[in-house]
Amino acid sequence: MNYGFASLLINLLPLACFIVLSLFGKMIKPAISGIISCFALVISAVLAIYVAYGYFFEFGKQENIYLKEIVMQFQWLRFNDSLSIDFGIVLDPISVMMLVVISLISAMVHIYSLNYMHGEERFQTYYAYLSLFTFSMLGLVVSINLFQMYIFWELVGISSFLLIGFYFTKPSAIAAAKKAFIITRFADLGFLIGILMLSFDAKTLNIFTLIERLTQPGSAYISGLNAITFLGLSGISWALLLVFIGGAGKSAMFPLHIWLPDAMEGPTPVSALIHAATMVVAGVYLVARLFPVLAVSATDVLTIISYVGVFSALFAALIACTQTDIKRVLAYSTISQIGFMMFAIGIARWGEGHNEGFTASMFHLFTHAFFKALLFLCAGVIIHGIHSNEMADMGGLRKKLPITHITFLLACLSISGIPPFAGFFSKESILSSAFSENRSIFYIALFTSGLTSFYMFRLYFRIFWNIPEKVDEENTNLEKGRWAMLSTLVILAAGAVFAGFVPFGNFVSPDGTPVQNHIHFLFSILPVSVGLAGIIFAGFMYFRKNSLPETIAFALGKSYRWSYDKFYIDEIYYFMTKKVLFNLVGRPAAWFDRNIVDGMMNGTADLTLIFSNSIKKLQSGRLQGYTMWFLAGILTIAVVVIYSFIY
Amino acid sequence: MSAGAIIFYVLSILVLIFGILTVFTRRIFRAAVYLLLSLIGIAGIYILMDMEFIAAIQIIIYVGGIVVLIIFSIFLTHQAGEKLSVYRPKRLFWSVLLTVAGLILTTSVIIRHTFKPAGIPGVEDSVRNIGRQLLDYKHHGYVFPFEIVSILLLAALIGSIVIAMKDKKK
Amino acid sequence: MNDVPLSHVLVLSSALFFLGVYGFFTRRNIITLLMSVELILNSVNLNFIAFNKYLFPHQLEGVFFTLFIITIAAAEVSLAIAIIINLYRRFNTIDIEDTNTMKY
Repeated sequence: MNYGFASLLINLLPLACFIVLSLFGKMIKPAISGIISCFALVISAVLAIYVAYGYFFEFGKQENIYLKEIVMQFQWLRFNDSLSIDFGIVLDPISVMMLVVISLISAMVHIYSLNYMHGEERFQTYYAYLSLFTFSMLGLVVSINLFQMYIFWELVGISSFLLIGFYFTKPSAIAAAKKAFIITRFADLGFLIGILMLSFDAKTLNIFTLIERLTQPGSAYISGLNAITFLGLSGISWALLLVFIGGAGKSAMFPLHIWLPDAMEGPTPVSALIHAATMVVAGVYLVARLFPVLAVSATDVLTIISYVGVFSALFAALIACTQTDIKRVLAYSTISQIGFMMFAIGIARWGEGHNEGFTASMFHLFTHAFFKALLFLCAGVIIHGIHSNEMADMGGLRKKLPITHITFLLACLSISGIPPFAGFFSKESILSSAFSENRSIFYIALFTSGLTSFYMFRLYFRIFWNIPEKVDEENTNLEKGRWAMLSTLVILAAGAVFAGFVPFGNFVSPDGTPVQNHIHFLFSILPVSVGLAGIIFAGFMYFRKNSLPETIAFALGKSYRWSYDKFYIDEIYYFMTKKVLFNLVGRPAAWFDRNIVDGMMNGTADLTLIFSNSIKKLQSGRLQGYTMWFLAGILTIAVVVIYSFIY
Repeated sequence: MSAGAIIFYVLSILVLIFGILTVFTRRIFRAAVYLLLSLIGIAGIYILMDMEFIAAIQIIIYVGGIVVLIIFSIFLTHQAGEKLSVYRPKRLFWSVLLTVAGLILTTSVIIRHTFKPAGIPGVEDSVRNIGRQLLDYKHHGYVFPFEIVSILLLAALIGSIVIAMKDKKK
Repeated sequence: MNDVPLSHVLVLSSALFFLGVYGFFTRRNIITLLMSVELILNSVNLNFIAFNKYLFPHQLEGVFFTLFIITIAAAEVSLAIAIIINLYRRFNTIDIEDTNTMKY
């Protein structure tokens, strides 16, 4: 099959699914609709693997470099000769990799939801939203045009809103959906302004032409932007910084991270798909897409990105150590891991020997998708069985959830960077590139990965060990009969274990040339031992129920409190919006609108009424009144005409 | 002052007096009769101006047709013996104002303008001349308006019958 | 009649006209209204004839106009009477103040 057609099909199958389910969903039985969408997504995933195989092994490589291949393109909206919004599909190392990741994880989530959402009244709507999301995300990663990417970016935001607020009868879900949408929309303002600035100077909206034009130093395109500096950064740096702000909003970087923990109000498979594996990495993908421009013309923005990334990683890891809701811990873990990806790409530069960070970041994106989705889906099984999110209600669940236990353990080992699991390879490449580029970031990252293994194993021990198993009447296997959920867990676990063995550097790199990725065994002793130390520490505290956690919490005092309350970032936002924004801007604006604008409208209407009421009497129905007016008018005209014109 | 002038002034005063009486009297039947007399006065003025044909037409149609029709309608609507109502002061004031203003305007325009009478001897206003020109379709012929007026009369005839017809249902 | 100036005749006709107008404004009975309209029409006829005799004696235009006006006046009065009779049948009054339903 033609690869172009295959890639088009990958994108359109979820869209077709969305349209069919949203139009006819109520008429189809829930089970049928679930099977239709799973089927479509599985085909999409198979096609994605087929296209990836074809790209990486057959036609993508020319003279040992992976070049981009624009598979289809059509012009949609033409502004003038050079600017137009085109829609198209591009196959490029990162976009092909993303296609595989998104369609695979989405297929897994679709199958998992057959069991998880069973019995839900709006089953078809759920699948429709999931398919819409998959379509939007797939479209985002194959975009050839900045505006196309923006359109799909917004579509992804809408799907996320719909899915977070899926249980819309709960006020907390509605609030969380609104929060997510408002924050990402607010960040997208930066994205839009950045797009406009970039396309204004490069005179094109096509991503690849833009990259070409803005990476030639000294070209006319850059000098226009570089001529203006504002607060020390050149014009092109500001444009890229604004674009990064859009990406940071979607990827939940500090300080725009507050929506992600609240987004856990949505159903757990949704969290697995959107808020772990796909949507939140859209920001990283955006930075990777524009990496050539950043690396050649705006390295100061890359530095900013790396600091934002590493700070978010540390910040989120600190908070995750004290949270008690499973999904919140996983959400903060996601923020932390994305921080890793961000700073890895931030410390990479153009050129041989310095571009390892890019490959490391993409590799971590790939492996993180597997183990984070796995963690969320396991959490879903646990929550489904225990009917509660809090760690306090869990403990000693080894026998009741055997398969979940094993897969959760594998995922935790992977995320902690223990060899030979996938996370080890990707984290190790990130840390080695940090070691060679920026030592201070390396130390912070090392500490953070220690924290990562600590809080992940805290979670693991609290759920599956901690208290001796209760011998209750129904020592049931809570997993019985849920084949859909368990099979997806097993598949993802296989990915989490073996995905590290893919020689990623051969395939993905900023300029297409293969990157040599060596595993320095001596070097990797340090991160692995830090990881093991975290595991052991967590084991001491949580393997058996003891008083060590409380004593440490008491000893840490204030800092424990701060971490538990998420460093009061939400409260700062509330203060700023409620007290400052609403009172200073909102209330006067509302008063103005109600009294002056509406008042003018009402006043005009009232004036018209008064006027018309007064002239109403003219049409009295009396013939002689009319004739009197008639004669008066004639006499006036006659006087005017005779005495002005004739005499 | 020739006799013609004296007769003209007498006739014009009569016309005016009867006109005033028509407008001011409070009994309908008397108003109709005053109108009749006023119209006869005007016919007299026409004769003075050597327009006998028009005078004849005036008497036949206006006096003998229209005023009679009006009198018929007075009887048909049972108004004959009643007195008409008094007029409201406000309306009176405005009508008087407007009328007097109009009168002053036209009179001032008329008086200021100097009319030059033509010295040419006139065409005789005989039936033959009128008839010739009426049916002529060249040099200022009036055959076209003649035809249209006859259609108009037909329409008026049919219209008045239709309007005044009694409803069959009743 | 040669020594009566044209302006006198015209003053007569305008006086008659405004008498008719006054009657039109003040009379409440529809039939008397009609009579005032007849006065107006007659004043116009007088005007036409006067102009014809004094200013254009070689033509007969004024005569024709007068002829047509008389004809049309006749048609109009017959229609007006028909309407009045219809009105009287329906509302049993021919006061013009009572026919004011075509208003706001």
